[in-house]
Amino acid sequence: MTFLRELLFPLIAVLCAFLVGAIVVLFIGDSPVETYRLLLGSAFSWPDGIGYTLFFATPLIFTGLAVAVALRGGLLNIGAEGQLYVAAFATAWVGIKLASFPAVLLVPLCCVAAIAAGAVWGAIPGLLKARFGSHEVINTIMLNFIAVALVGYLTQYHYRIPGDPIMESAPIGNAAHIARLGRFVPGLPERIPLNFAFLLALLASWLVYVLLWKTKWGYEIRATGQNPAAAEYGGVSIRRQVVLTMAISGALAGMVGINEVLGYRYRYYDGFSDNYGFTGIAVALLGRNHPLGVIVAALLFAVLQRGGVPVDAFTQLVSKDIVLILQALVILFVAAEAMFRRSGRRWQGAGGSSGQATAPGKI
Amino acid sequence: MTLELRGITKRFGAVLANDHLDITIPSGTIHAIVGENGAGKSTAMRIAYGFYTADSGDILVDGQVREIRAPRDAIALGIGMVHQHFMLVRPMTVTENIVLGAEPGSAVSLDLRKAAASIRALSEEFKLAVDPDATIENLSVGQQQRVELLKALYRRAGLLILDEPTAVLTPQEVDEFFGILRRMRDQGKTVIIITHKLSEVLAISDDVTVMRDGRVVGNVKTSDTTAAQLARLMVGREVLLRVEKPPARPGPIVLSVKDLSIGGHDGARRLEQVSFDVRGGEIVGVAGVEGNGQTELIEALAGLLPESRVSGSISFSGRDIRPLDARHRREAGIAHVPEDRHRRGLLLEFSLAENVILGVHYRAPAVRGMGAVLLNRPGIQQRVDLVIREFDVRPPDPSLPARALSGGNQQKLIIGREFELPPILLLISQPTRGVDIGAIEFIHRKIVAMRDAGCAVLLVSAELEEVTALADRLLVMHNGHIAGEVDPARATHEQIGMLMTGGHAPSGVEGHS
Repeated sequence: MTFLRELLFPLIAVLCAFLVGAIVVLFIGDSPVETYRLLLGSAFSWPDGIGYTLFFATPLIFTGLAVAVALRGGLLNIGAEGQLYVAAFATAWVGIKLASFPAVLLVPLCCVAAIAAGAVWGAIPGLLKARFGSHEVINTIMLNFIAVALVGYLTQYHYRIPGDPIMESAPIGNAAHIARLGRFVPGLPERIPLNFAFLLALLASWLVYVLLWKTKWGYEIRATGQNPAAAEYGGVSIRRQVVLTMAISGALAGMVGINEVLGYRYRYYDGFSDNYGFTGIAVALLGRNHPLGVIVAALLFAVLQRGGVPVDAFTQLVSKDIVLILQALVILFVAAEAMFRRSGRRWQGAGGSSGQATAPGKI
Repeated sequence: MTLELRGITKRFGAVLANDHLDITIPSGTIHAIVGENGAGKSTAMRIAYGFYTADSGDILVDGQVREIRAPRDAIALGIGMVHQHFMLVRPMTVTENIVLGAEPGSAVSLDLRKAAASIRALSEEFKLAVDPDATIENLSVGQQQRVELLKALYRRAGLLILDEPTAVLTPQEVDEFFGILRRMRDQGKTVIIITHKLSEVLAISDDVTVMRDGRVVGNVKTSDTTAAQLARLMVGREVLLRVEKPPARPGPIVLSVKDLSIGGHDGARRLEQVSFDVRGGEIVGVAGVEGNGQTELIEALAGLLPESRVSGSISFSGRDIRPLDARHRREAGIAHVPEDRHRRGLLLEFSLAENVILGVHYRAPAVRGMGAVLLNRPGIQQRVDLVIREFDVRPPDPSLPARALSGGNQQKLIIGREFELPPILLLISQPTRGVDIGAIEFIHRKIVAMRDAGCAVLLVSAELEEVTALADRLLVMHNGHIAGEVDPARATHEQIGMLMTGGHAPSGVEGHS
């Protein structure tokens, strides 16, 4: 019941975004109906539309979860982008270095590499905050630059096959490949890169849910996020919590590397991320920092991403930038909704009125 | 200047905050409005000042119906309001603060000298002794309050609404403050004072309006009423104003503090060489104006201050607990009811069930299974049911967010959580701040019951009445020191007040610095 009500506001925000988007399309001089038919129709077609939509949703689920966990813990992780780059590279590195290992060992090792690299890259700003009180927003942004430059350098000068004109690493061992779902789902061709990482994303969502609401660790994360002074009073070490939460967040972002390297390109491909880390912020916001919401929001953004191509190709005037506009509008309306809700609460709060003792010393 | 509220009704969502209020405040009187939390007294005054607009009803100023849609309308009509939390810009001077929003001079230039002169004149007229050129942050709390008064007077207010004005003052400052109010009344101003301290109502007001559940339940001349009658009107039933407690039977020493000093972030000392003991089965009270080191004392004992700020020794049941953090001190049997329940004591967005395990959330019965990682729903349910039942938390729904509870019920939840540890030592700060009279009575009984069960209690309260009524021994703090220890049954408020201000005689109109 509560969850349905929670879902209502984001839904309204999305509808509003599509409405305003339609007006934009009208202004450009094209048919909104036709544009949306192309946009949604292609995303929901079988097998390509659905296959690609789920594939596009996979990294967004991971980054959405990453941002959501951090936000639940009171931290804004803008560094998922850097974390997933470092993690993807680490995944490929293990896949190259240990290429001779059997699959049962290599795949888990590569996954561990992705998770560990993301966790370390996430923990750094956590440590800086715990130790020196420097703000995680600044440090995660800075670490994004460092991450991109670092893996770019390693690819360019150490792991590129000589003569390869593309900025990409050598391929990983065959044993490190994870299966595409096309192999198991009838009617889904294997050329569609949707792979086991998608199921891993769903599993991760469930694990995040259990962690946050069913364990004492999640209790401490949420308590710290809700009121650090009260958490401290309850015997929670805030410093430790900041590092831990950022590490978990980074680990989730790092799992994008599993989808990208083990399930899709089988190598590290420089600049592969289509701003997954940043879109993850919008996904978490739209999904109300709840794993189920994150899945739904990631699917929505994936639909937009998938549908952009045919819109670009088959309309007269509208370009696929309409997708960006729609994304931006969704974010805008979600943010506006947050404001609306807050002012709503203020009025209600005034209802408890005189007393609702924000003012101490009152009877 | 007379003010009349006629049939004022205000609804917030499902809550009827003001239900056909009729209040008449004659010119040149001091009028007290009393009532419990949520009785609607602040709402009514905010309507009069234009913060809210009433759903229906009229506001009459000097007999004429007036539209007051925003505070500036109220100010234009000569209504001033002094809030409980001062609205002053601390690095600026008194004059700058007072003219803020009504700057004299032309559009571009600012004539502060003229303003300072008229502020000085006002200050002298009402004997406020405020220097217009002083910087706010160098003023005492009492002086800051007088700046707020000046602000209203400068805007030619004929009627002043004061919201809980004495909450931050020492007994001596309260006396001075009342002197100022009487002078203002004698010069024709009308004063409305919102308060909950019945003794002050009796001391200062001419008339009293009692509110309950959004309605006016009594309108009496102060000279015709008593504290007991007012309390009965406020609560709607007979209330025990005195705490009944048998003599204490102190046991062995539980807490022994020696030479405890605490540094502030700015390097200044917050606590200086404080030493005292608390025995099992006794309540040791700590009186003092807020901000004289009590907060730091309690936080240091609870393990919430960084080790680097604390020096001296804290021994609990004969054991040095300085190395223990907050979690381990609670495990050892030290419960802590914090002074600010919203800042420290509660996770407002969390459910009551989740709040009731704060501090014990990592051990049985709150967790179960391998490694004690998973939260244990039945165990938590049992605990929250117990606390709700034993401590009469209302509404008794464990799934509600703590935010949804009234101040008194929030406090009962915290007290229940801490009392059910159960503690060997109880640190309890401002236990009844913002709590209804009915709940105060309940909480006081529970504290005494805790003591009688052998618990050592260290009680900090800014309410002198409370701390003298509950404590078996009373320490008075001033400026980070223990200024003295008195027998609460014998010492007068004047004697305690003297210690609270550092042992000096009441310091005249300038207050203390």
